[in-house]
Amino acid sequence: RDALLYLEHRDGKLNAGTLSALTAAQKVNGKVVGVIAGSESISSAIDSARRLPLSRLLVAHSEQYDHHPPSTLAPLLKTLMEKDDSLTHLFAAHTAVGKNVLPRAAALLDTSIIADILSLEDGGEVFTRGIYAGNAISTVKSGESRKVVSVRATAFDGADSSSSDQVVVEEVAPVQVKDHAPHVSEEMTLTARPDLGSAARVVSGGRALKSAENFGSIIEPLADSLGAAIGASRAAVDSGYADNSLQVGQTGKIVAPELYMAIGISGAIQHLAGMKDSKLIVAVNKDPEAPIFQIADVGLVGDLFQVVPELTKKLS
Amino acid sequence: MFPTRANLLRASSRVDINVLVPIKRCIDYAVKVRVNPDGKGVDNTVKHSMNPFDEIAVEEAIRLREKNKDLVDSITAITVGPQKAQDTLRTALAMGADKAIHVQVGDQHNVEPLQVAKTLKHFINRDKFELVLMGKQAIDGDENATGQMLAGLLDCGQATFASSLQIADGKATVTREIDGGLETVQGNLPMIVTTDLRLNEPRYASLPNIMKAKKKPIESVKETELPFDLKNRLETVKVAEPAQRTGGQKVDSVDDVVQKMKEKGLI
Repeated sequence: RDALLYLEHRDGKLNAGTLSALTAAQKVNGKVVGVIAGSESISSAIDSARRLPLSRLLVAHSEQYDHHPPSTLAPLLKTLMEKDDSLTHLFAAHTAVGKNVLPRAAALLDTSIIADILSLEDGGEVFTRGIYAGNAISTVKSGESRKVVSVRATAFDGADSSSSDQVVVEEVAPVQVKDHAPHVSEEMTLTARPDLGSAARVVSGGRALKSAENFGSIIEPLADSLGAAIGASRAAVDSGYADNSLQVGQTGKIVAPELYMAIGISGAIQHLAGMKDSKLIVAVNKDPEAPIFQIADVGLVGDLFQVVPELTKKLS
Repeated sequence: MFPTRANLLRASSRVDINVLVPIKRCIDYAVKVRVNPDGKGVDNTVKHSMNPFDEIAVEEAIRLREKNKDLVDSITAITVGPQKAQDTLRTALAMGADKAIHVQVGDQHNVEPLQVAKTLKHFINRDKFELVLMGKQAIDGDENATGQMLAGLLDCGQATFASSLQIADGKATVTREIDGGLETVQGNLPMIVTTDLRLNEPRYASLPNIMKAKKKPIESVKETELPFDLKNRLETVKVAEPAQRTGGQKVDSVDDVVQKMKEKGLI
């Protein structure tokens, strides 16, 4: 009963969600085998992976795996799962990459996907996951011989990544298939702030900010004073106040930081689904009836244009 | 060499594409979902509507045709769902789809992504669709999987979380929303594209179009007519309310906020 874990990486670094997925994979009660794929440029990610609590580390060296393309990666994962009978589970983080690749691999293995799990029990036979934007928690049991599981990063602590015993690297042959929709280019949002998905503190702005200029002049200084990542509600993103990569919610990022500050966010169900597991929620809104106040630990009714600059000043 | 009829056709052929738009009837996004006391599911007696991401997919198919009449030959909506899912198909027809396929299942059967993907593959092989446009996830199961599974079963290209789509010369170019930014991918048709929120804003169907939609054809297929079964692979043991937060505390001033943050060791 061993688990295969897909190790996601970018710019030579392992994805933080992958470390959480590793913690989940360890609960299957067998060994965890890591697999990492990409061209020669992934060598520093391999060095990091060698310090993880893995029983084996498989490396598939090929340019066809750069940018995590699903049509080449899914056949690789399928082949590795079928080659080794001891592998009963396939894990990855429920990130943009995991969501893209894992269901395709599950289909090739003719098995269902157990997506975005919050917990697992009975050695990886029983799982819980949110449905209806987290308004209900479903417990599901899988009788499949191979289980394909994506993991919500905020539901598990990250595995220790500083083992002094380095795992031995085993090269595996790439599976030669056509990439049906190759990568052309990418445009990443550059920011000096912490990554939204893994930040310990998040300051989010909503529609009440009224403009992109206000979003910048009100939210950014507060985030700077706390060393926080910036998030936004869907309404703020749709109105063009914030970049779409900052959206927190059911269909955006799921976050669970130590501190979540909701500024001018009313708290639609879909937004709450993305942040209600935060440790301390602070909300500022001028409407005392806003749903965000029902889940906030510290709610302040007031005009954000007065309250937030005052708060920023007092925190600086 | 004499040009054969086939070659002539190929040379002069417009790149007509047939678009398939899989849609799902879900509890309306604005409804607060309640868990049934028996722990077996949620209250289903509430308002339902088309999964919002699927509305975006229907809209995109219609816009493709509006932008270039010669490009899109037909738009077919398909659903795997109970009798009432026909209403959702009518909505797609009223928005501008030409015809629809209804794979009918029992009222309580929420078919899993893998079985939906197999069903879609069945009709794609039967009717030859070059482009599949579908929502990236349904807002009930929240799996985010069916499109990817379909692409795997068909061994064709997939472009998930699309925020922009262009079709030209038999190729699809798609901008995708990824963690921290955008990625552009390009591939030959057939392709499975799953839609994200920012791809477009779906239209409302006009009254004349709603009337016209009543005359558009819906093919009804029973699940027993398919050459495979749609049984769920996962057993739902229970459905429960999420843990409630003990929130709801209000403070009176900015100083109180600062004080609370100090107490928690955040500053």
